Amino acid sequence: MSSTDHGPEGLPAGGALRVMGSETEYGIHAPSAPGANATYLSSQVIASYAKLTRERLHASPGAGWDYTDETPLRDARGWSVRRTQAHPDLLTDMEPVLTAEGVALAHGPAELELDGDQEPALMNLVLGNGARLYVDHAHPEYSSPEVTNPLDAVAWDAAGDVVVLAAVRVLAGDQERGPINLYKNNTDGKGASYGSHENYLVPRAVPFADLVKGLTPFFVSRQLMCGAGRVGIGQDGRTPGYQISQRADFFEAEVGLETTMRRPIINTRDEPHSVADKYRRLHVIVGDANCSHVANYLKFGTTAMVLSLIEAGACPAVEIHEPVAAMHRLSHDTGLRETVRLLDGRRLTGLELQWVYFEAAAKLAADAGVAAEHGGDGHTAAVLRLWERALTDLESGPDAAAGYVEWAAKQRVLEGYRARDGLAWDDARLGLVDIQWSDVRPERGLAHRLLSKGSLERLVEDVDIARASIDPPADTRAWFRGKSIQRFPANVASASWDSVVFSPPGSYRLQRVPTREPLRGTRALTEALFEEHPSIEGFLTALLGERHT
Amino acid sequence: MAGQEQKSSQSRDEAEDVEPGTPAPAAPQASEATEGVDDLLDEIDGVLESNAEEFVRGFVQKGGQ
Repeated sequence: MSSTDHGPEGLPAGGALRVMGSETEYGIHAPSAPGANATYLSSQVIASYAKLTRERLHASPGAGWDYTDETPLRDARGWSVRRTQAHPDLLTDMEPVLTAEGVALAHGPAELELDGDQEPALMNLVLGNGARLYVDHAHPEYSSPEVTNPLDAVAWDAAGDVVVLAAVRVLAGDQERGPINLYKNNTDGKGASYGSHENYLVPRAVPFADLVKGLTPFFVSRQLMCGAGRVGIGQDGRTPGYQISQRADFFEAEVGLETTMRRPIINTRDEPHSVADKYRRLHVIVGDANCSHVANYLKFGTTAMVLSLIEAGACPAVEIHEPVAAMHRLSHDTGLRETVRLLDGRRLTGLELQWVYFEAAAKLAADAGVAAEHGGDGHTAAVLRLWERALTDLESGPDAAAGYVEWAAKQRVLEGYRARDGLAWDDARLGLVDIQWSDVRPERGLAHRLLSKGSLERLVEDVDIARASIDPPADTRAWFRGKSIQRFPANVASASWDSVVFSPPGSYRLQRVPTREPLRGTRALTEALFEEHPSIEGFLTALLGERHT
Repeated sequence: MAGQEQKSSQSRDEAEDVEPGTPAPAAPQASEATEGVDDLLDEIDGVLESNAEEFVRGFVQKGGQ
């Protein structure tokens, strides 16, 4: 690789452009196999997608995952947890072992033999669009490819829904197994939560303490625009009612390494998946999975802008007293009147807190010259416009924002049922609406129904989402990863965020190509290489020189 | 990969040609939205799982990240 630098500093600073990506753990439900092992069911989803891809390509199902650079125990505050002291859930750098016992629990020994004939329990795939599809704990997870802006973040996140929908369809057609359905939500309403995470590339030079200070009040109040809505209050939902966020009640700490218990508002996992001296990957675990395009767009766009504020040293000086409790209280108040106390003595509503961030972000973006509708960076103006609109609409009440703020849209439907049928908040039909809201099947998922009726605003057309489920984004290293898998499916042995490992034909040696700069490996930088070298031999020679043979 | 370096400026030009993140048209007015709720409920009635009680009870997840 050349020494010329094309780091994320190559993107215009001060606005909403940034290397980012999403991770979605889907809720999984097999109606005809109650009590089935969730890890086994999840592996069936991955295997079904692999089967589909193989049929489509008549080749390898995509590549396995390269675990070499995974460091889930490294803490951004500067230390590592010892492996032996870590909770097993933190050991995400090892291929999870699906034991025969686990499989047997699900379907009995007869099924186990059948499986031996067919598929290994396939846990991990890298897709031709640059994404990763795998089993995380007890859920299928889609991790989007790296993108550079919030609109692409929405497109390649929604692409994950298309990918898993394809697996759901295959499983629905399997007479023996019965259907497995997937839900883009974050809780079962009975005490379990599973995440939808965001990742943002941040210069290593930004002190982690600044990120904690700047992001905490923002995350406490961001849910007012980005929450997906939830029936039930409290982790197990035992108090009847409706709240703004799916996830808020599951957060119990301010800062920490854990992601599956005592979840912190700021997660300190320090796996850069890039040049570690230059970058950190900020792993955000506090958000809801979004079916609303606008809510998802604001989630990525506004967070990227607040990171720009922190980098520029222009972040508002607000510090919240007891932020965890404040986050819960804001989520529980759909009237949006609840206030939080700042350490300087002021009391602000969640919306007022968001206005403070909005004003600062708008000023920085204007000063940096990225906020103009024409001649700006092409994205920041739209983020600011929607951010301002959401705050303005929410000030006059959730109904004014029910066409695009997800919790408000869901609330409109729930209140409609309550009014029409006189339902109390603990009525099972309202719980059903909450869950089925996020069903990934367009004919069943209520958010999908609203999108297709125009009752929920759309930012990305279905045809573009479908394209994103197949093709990688052009402007990050995901392009090289995805195209390598598309062009040479039989010769990509494995891949990860920062590498593609090739298995040259006729050679026992694997060739690992590092991709540690997220803004290299783009279409602009590597398309010619793919076009000039249709054969894997020529391609690897051009890429690596003669030494691979 | 020296040849590819020359294309980096082209990449920036292309980036400027990309459609800006233009959001969809303005939301329907709140009043229209409210009028549409009955329509919406009728549609949702048609696709809701039949046994709400059983479905909600059966939707049990293991915790994740």
